[in-house]
Amino acid sequence: MKITELFDRGEFVVSAEVGPPKGIHIDGLIEEAKKYLGGITAVNVTDNQSSVMRLGSLAVCRQLLDAGLTPIYQLTCRDRNRIALQSDLLSAAMFGIENILCLTGDHTSLGDHPGAKPVFDLDSVSLLHTVCQLESGVDLGGNPLVGEPPKFAKGAVVSPCSDSIDAQLAKMERKVLAGCDYFQTQAVFEPEKFIAFMERARQFGKPVQLGIIIPKSAGMCRYMNNNVAGVHVPDDMLDELAADKERAKAGITGVEIAARVIRECRPYCQGIHIMALGWESKVPALLKQAGI
Amino acid sequence: MLITKLKSREDLQSLLPEKVFVLLCNGCKEVSFPEREIEELISEFLTADKVTGVLTTDYICNPENLSLRLKRRRAMIDEADGVLVFSCGVGVQTVSDLLEGRAVYAGCDTIRLPGFQGVTPLEYDCGQCGQCYLNLTGGICPVTACSKSLVNGQCGGAQNGRCEVDPNMECGWERIYRRLEAVGRLDAIKCPTQIRNFAIDANKSH
Repeated sequence: MKITELFDRGEFVVSAEVGPPKGIHIDGLIEEAKKYLGGITAVNVTDNQSSVMRLGSLAVCRQLLDAGLTPIYQLTCRDRNRIALQSDLLSAAMFGIENILCLTGDHTSLGDHPGAKPVFDLDSVSLLHTVCQLESGVDLGGNPLVGEPPKFAKGAVVSPCSDSIDAQLAKMERKVLAGCDYFQTQAVFEPEKFIAFMERARQFGKPVQLGIIIPKSAGMCRYMNNNVAGVHVPDDMLDELAADKERAKAGITGVEIAARVIRECRPYCQGIHIMALGWESKVPALLKQAGI
Repeated sequence: MLITKLKSREDLQSLLPEKVFVLLCNGCKEVSFPEREIEELISEFLTADKVTGVLTTDYICNPENLSLRLKRRRAMIDEADGVLVFSCGVGVQTVSDLLEGRAVYAGCDTIRLPGFQGVTPLEYDCGQCGQCYLNLTGGICPVTACSKSLVNGQCGGAQNGRCEVDPNMECGWERIYRRLEAVGRLDAIKCPTQIRNFAIDANKSH
């Protein structure tokens, strides 16, 4: 199922994210996804997130599909050139994967193989353009595909709380012009910034899923504030998490905060995307508290 | 060594404003310029009354020297809607920075040749990629000013305007956006999706 069909029907689309392990055993991941994420629309599978080498996104997407879930295949441009990316897109379509998320990707220097060659032959915008090209039955080199071309729901990301918001909106517009169907955002902790962003992003007419991270502790939030571009957790939330460490550790405070952000932003977006970062088990409680 | 190649007439015509001031660098020993083709084009532009003035000089990548020469031609530059530069990518970037707030256009693509490179004691870097992007980016090179050499806009990694790879480096695309805004050329953001052609980039094997 393409998640764009749900947006078209006016449904509020909920997706969550799983990160493949550094290894080949994913029974636990699939079981958790079935148990906690079975009730939501779709599950993103990250592509060597943070430039750390892991099991492949495509393989895990296929396993999720076999387990009855709807995967969103994330592709970054960091590790593959245009030949490999197109080839993997065809492989995904052959497996029956219908949803993709196109990203540029973190730089190799930030990950666990800092000496690796960063590829970036394409970027998020030209990757979206490439997918449209494949959908029209022709590859990026202008050569015809054999048989029915693939069709995807094509997503991309945007960072609504970035301090470079003008440049972010400009990039968002280029993604729309290149054929993007829907957007997922970087994690939001400041509803007022998100709402101001949506007032400017509405002109593009594309559905936007609010990005959500369930904060685990004040320390984690301070780390994100210092190291994760576009994410800022305000002081009052830090205080809330620091006030009762046991409550924060149990996830109660984090779920409350995330649910509050969702409730405040819900009238302005068309769905949410939860980056649970190992707290997949908290997703059902979060959705309940957020009233979804 | 490097070679500059004149951009196509169609490219230049679709790009240029009504009146331009022309800056022609006849170079340094390391650069091979398409002198005759450029002269022909300039005389065509002169006939069409498109040109407010022409400055031919060498080493336009020397900002002290150049700023003096530009100052003397201030009136001609003010009369124009933009400045068209025929030089390597370093020259165009030097002029863009000197004439901040003014639209600067690159007339050439710069292509790398093996051998000695021009000695440029400046922070401007030309990747000699063979498909100059400076006309789409306000005269700031996305290939050298962005750690990922992105040609379609900013990634999500900039924090406080700094690059995720090197916090001492300003985000190139943040700079490009501000420059385009300052010169009133934000329309360049809506250009077609750019895809690099590594077949013409002699650096590709590196």
